[in-house]
Amino acid sequence: MRLSPSGVLVPGPSRRSLLRGAGSAALLAGAGIPLLSACGSSGSSSDPKTVTLGSNASDAVPKKAFESVYADFKKQSGLTVKVNTKDHNTFQEQINSYLQGTPDDVFNWFAGYRMQFFAAKKLATPLDDVWQKIGGNFPDAMKKLSKGEDGKYYFVPLTTYPWAIFYRKSVFQQHGYKIPASWDDFVALCKQMKKDGLVPIAFGDKDAWPAMGTFDQINFRLNGYDFHVQLMAGKASWTDAKVKAVFDHWAEILPYHQDGFMGRTWEDAAQTLVSKKAGMYLLGSFVAQQFTNKADLDDLDFFPFPEINSAYGQETVEAPTDGFMVSKAPKNHDGVLKLLEYLGSPAAEETYLKTDPSVVAASDKASTSAYSPLQKKAFEMIGAAKNLTQFMDRDSRPDFTSTVMQPGLQKFLQNPKGVDSLLSSIERQKKTIFASE
Amino acid sequence: MTTDTTTKTPEAAAAAPPGPTPEKKRAAQSHRRLLTRRDRITLALMAGVPTILHVALVWVTAIASIFLAFTTWDGIGFDSIKWVGLDNFTQLFNDNPQFWPAVQHNIVWFVVLILIPTPFGLFLAVQLDKKIRFSRVYQTAFFLPVVISMACIGFVWQLVYNPDTGLINSIIGANKPGHYIDWIGDPHLNLWAVLIAASWRHAGYMMILYLAGLKSVDPSLREASALDGANEWQTFKNVIFPTLRPTNTVVLVVTIIEALRAFDLVFVFNKGAQGTELLSILVTNNIIGESSRIGYGSAIAVVLLVISLAVIIPYLIATFRKERRA
Repeated sequence: MRLSPSGVLVPGPSRRSLLRGAGSAALLAGAGIPLLSACGSSGSSSDPKTVTLGSNASDAVPKKAFESVYADFKKQSGLTVKVNTKDHNTFQEQINSYLQGTPDDVFNWFAGYRMQFFAAKKLATPLDDVWQKIGGNFPDAMKKLSKGEDGKYYFVPLTTYPWAIFYRKSVFQQHGYKIPASWDDFVALCKQMKKDGLVPIAFGDKDAWPAMGTFDQINFRLNGYDFHVQLMAGKASWTDAKVKAVFDHWAEILPYHQDGFMGRTWEDAAQTLVSKKAGMYLLGSFVAQQFTNKADLDDLDFFPFPEINSAYGQETVEAPTDGFMVSKAPKNHDGVLKLLEYLGSPAAEETYLKTDPSVVAASDKASTSAYSPLQKKAFEMIGAAKNLTQFMDRDSRPDFTSTVMQPGLQKFLQNPKGVDSLLSSIERQKKTIFASE
Repeated sequence: MTTDTTTKTPEAAAAAPPGPTPEKKRAAQSHRRLLTRRDRITLALMAGVPTILHVALVWVTAIASIFLAFTTWDGIGFDSIKWVGLDNFTQLFNDNPQFWPAVQHNIVWFVVLILIPTPFGLFLAVQLDKKIRFSRVYQTAFFLPVVISMACIGFVWQLVYNPDTGLINSIIGANKPGHYIDWIGDPHLNLWAVLIAASWRHAGYMMILYLAGLKSVDPSLREASALDGANEWQTFKNVIFPTLRPTNTVVLVVTIIEALRAFDLVFVFNKGAQGTELLSILVTNNIIGESSRIGYGSAIAVVLLVISLAVIIPYLIATFRKERRA
């Protein structure tokens, strides 16, 4: 089905003439290129005054925050950013064909393995000249996250956010709960919350990715950062007793998770924390987007996932980093460079964070004076971490995480007793996927 | 086929009448006169463009899928296509925990559609055929879901089934801890929940098909059976239903197609998570998306194709046999 987009469209110069000239070729290609490219950049975008940008910021808060960034950029440079926003999940699902079709000049994307993948496939433009100018704005950990496997820069980070356990200060005060430092404390707290008529852990896994966050936390707390990386890279075995132990721990706290999580989105689960029906919620700090009332937001706090194995303590923090990449053949090259230099500046990050206070700046030069206590805490937690991870589906092959791990983890959640056969099934599938390099 | 008949018919019609000894030369001349250059170009375009489209969009893609089913490919550039023989299929049959549930669910889908909404649609059609008052209104009400797209139906039913805020759980109070019904997530419930939504639509579709069939039943048959003293059920069972045989064939084929192509509703509902896996969704999850396991996804598509052919070929054979006899 998708023979045509890659075959007909990849050669750069002949692409436009081919599309314009042969109607049947366009029709053929149209059959293969899914929706995104059809709604993407149109022919008018060769205008030197505009840069097109494919955005996955479909949620209200980040969308508005990006608008303010682009408005600010226009004031400085006179260039208009023409934004083509797609639903967050749809954008991810269609990214492959989007990048091979007629993508926008710049697009929102994630640091780490997922960026490196498209860089290695030559679907992105290296940004070393941009980084010569913005390099001083970022700490080394961020520089490492922005490089492809070939050592060139392909990514400009904008924001990052930690995963942690979120709770309401007033709820903890009211019941006299203490922040759990160890696994046993955590389980005891869950038990107590249940007794007090609360849902101990809010949870929604309808979109299938939130469960991966729980796995990541238990795995690197229990088995350490190095094992986690090995496992994500397909090098460690899923039938290892260490992995089994992760699921045993998970099964221990599963009864304290919110009922009916398979049919609930993370947004709905967050609402149980907003309404104080739930005691805790393990999620990224974007959960704050659901706290629309200022008083509720001020009441929100978080603590790092408790220690399980003292050898690793709480040294690893999961901190996915979002930013921008440039598609392989941007139409307005000069404009793109200007835009990315701007996006890599502390000013752009500060403008963004004014509207979306649920994340923190990727640059260590951005001012933290406007940060809320929650953001300051997140910034410190990320800064103090010995190791940073991205997220299961950003640290591993997306084909493995989406076709094997997502249904696999959902299967575990439905039937925590069938772990052994589940793990050997995951291992078998992993071998074939990682073998198909 | 169509082009043959259109080109030959006027020629034959023109050649036959002139005389008992039609000369070959004259036939050729009339041929030239009847089909001008413009005619021929028009014909070529009318036959050619659809043919090219059909071949490109149906045959080339189908054959490409079959070819790709024996390869691995991430969809980026042709050079990354690698031949792997039957690997995809052995993996699919042995290692994929979602494959067999998907096959099973497609079968359940068909069985449910043929057993519940189809007879119900027939029942509605029979009632509406009696020319009761407001029958147009009822007809419209039942047919309305058929006009709405499956995706919209999915959204609407999600509002009904949402475990926290949905209509059902809010009414019966099943959204509290302890007695919680997860219509969308529970693997024992979700397939049936989706099937209710699918049946809701399918019944209207079947009703229209049967209504059309019933309109064509000769009224004298009813009169005759009434004269013979048959009651309403007997008339239906022994007279009306047997005359609906052609409609039944159409209904069967339509229902099989509906069961095999089931996709949109489930995709909107919960993306084919635990309990609602379908072959079409496995194909999509593997091919579309960041994963792009195009070879593997094609292998699933080939399985779906084989199942479809196993149904379609016997049907076509039966149809052609009937035509030849006629």
